[in-house]
Amino acid sequence: MDDFIWRALVAGLIIAAVAGPLGTFVVWRKMAYFGDTLSHSALLGIAMGILLGLHMSLTMLLVCLAIAVLVVWMDRRQKLSHDTLLGIFAHSSLSLGLVALSLVEGLRIDLMSYLFGDILAVSDHDLMLILAGSLLVLIVLMLIWRPLLTMTIHEQMARVEGIPVDMIRLVFMMLLATVVAVAMKLVGVLLITSLLIIPAATARSFSRAPEQMAMYSALIGFLAVGGGLVMSLKWDTPTGPSIVVAASLLFFATNLSGLARKGV
Amino acid sequence: MMSAEPLVSAHGLVYERDGQRLIDRVDIALHRGEIVTVIGPNGAGKTTLIRLLLGLAKPDKGKVQISPDLTIGYVPQRMHIDPVMPLTVKRFLATAGRFPIEAMSSALGEVGAQGLEERQMSRLSGGELQRVLLARAILRSPDLLVLDEPTQGVDLAGQAEVYRLISALRDRYHCGVLMVSHDLHLVMESTDSVMCLNQHVCCSGKPEAISRHPEYLKLFGTADASGLAVYSHTHDHCHDVHGNIQPVEDHKHQEDGHG
Repeated sequence: MDDFIWRALVAGLIIAAVAGPLGTFVVWRKMAYFGDTLSHSALLGIAMGILLGLHMSLTMLLVCLAIAVLVVWMDRRQKLSHDTLLGIFAHSSLSLGLVALSLVEGLRIDLMSYLFGDILAVSDHDLMLILAGSLLVLIVLMLIWRPLLTMTIHEQMARVEGIPVDMIRLVFMMLLATVVAVAMKLVGVLLITSLLIIPAATARSFSRAPEQMAMYSALIGFLAVGGGLVMSLKWDTPTGPSIVVAASLLFFATNLSGLARKGV
Repeated sequence: MMSAEPLVSAHGLVYERDGQRLIDRVDIALHRGEIVTVIGPNGAGKTTLIRLLLGLAKPDKGKVQISPDLTIGYVPQRMHIDPVMPLTVKRFLATAGRFPIEAMSSALGEVGAQGLEERQMSRLSGGELQRVLLARAILRSPDLLVLDEPTQGVDLAGQAEVYRLISALRDRYHCGVLMVSHDLHLVMESTDSVMCLNQHVCCSGKPEAISRHPEYLKLFGTADASGLAVYSHTHDHCHDVHGNIQPVEDHKHQEDGHG
């Protein structure tokens, strides 16, 4: 097999190993739309990085974080519902990103690769970035696991018990933003959330404990990455969407068989 | 019995939201070994008061004093565990800290919830859930137990039992207990003193005295006076009276709560 395929596979597996466990919290905390908002704002980050000549991944990370903090801040200060606010931020940042990219003169940008990923173009340098970012997220997630779980179960109770709820929430958002930045190459800004929620949702039916769900979620992510790559190579389909399709197939297969068992 | 320094106290608490005064000049003190119950109709500010005392909200005026290094066992009013999170009772108890399994089992035993270790939290009945929450609170060996409507979702027969259990836990752990209830007669046997709240403190003192207090009767209606001994009656009867004493809009809600 060619080098680029190996790199793609390794990058995909690393990202799945992080997106799975982190995704369980996205599912438990009902933050799927929040994840979308973060990832859409990543495109704005890319546009700003190009326009201002800054480091792209870093700019993306900072823009994601800024949007996350802005959403939380505005949530407390006005009367619109959370999902309306998220919708406004998701679409305005995506559109602003697209408009800004169109203004970049003389630069030929493969927009499709940002929107849907281009894992087969991962370089050794990208691979190192993905590995470093993922390791960092995984380690921090393990460190905050217990307080994050407790506040996900009941935020006030966690607060009374002395858990620094606001700080942990901010760290969690930083982790999400980092995963978005890292997973960009794999599936693109439009599909990143699916890597967080589909493996986690699929893992739910096999799991009896939160940690077990996180592990299964990573394993299902591995299967999706492997399956998607094979699909993509065999039928020459776009890799990012193929991975998401593979994940969805696993989800529907397990859930439909679960429903059939229950006789629904 | 009681130590001189209160575990938690507050003076002249005022809390306002959108121009409305939800808590109006409230004083309260709770000592070790003491059970204080805050009662009042819906919207009286009971939960708000608890939030202020626990530091979950900041008062606009007044001060809360809480002794340092206090371990608080908190049983919130609503705990909905979404079935999307797989969580056994055992794992839930472990979120309170690192405890050996024997400690968890004995805590469950103490609250009459033995054998629930492997059950999923989202599958527990209202009564089982309240007991598990209590077990989690006592696992932390609290100096102060704070319970917001500890009988929420518990059927009426079980409610009196939960209050007896709380009183027994106080005797055993010699902690202070602060709880919120909507029904004086149910808590009468288990509480040392009662504070009747309707934004301001209407009256406070021993439960028997409160049940005859004009301010209390004004708030809950005179139907309650005849039901003085109702807590020792069958739960069917209690339910009737309970319905009668509630303000109309609250009544419906309470009925829902009993399921």
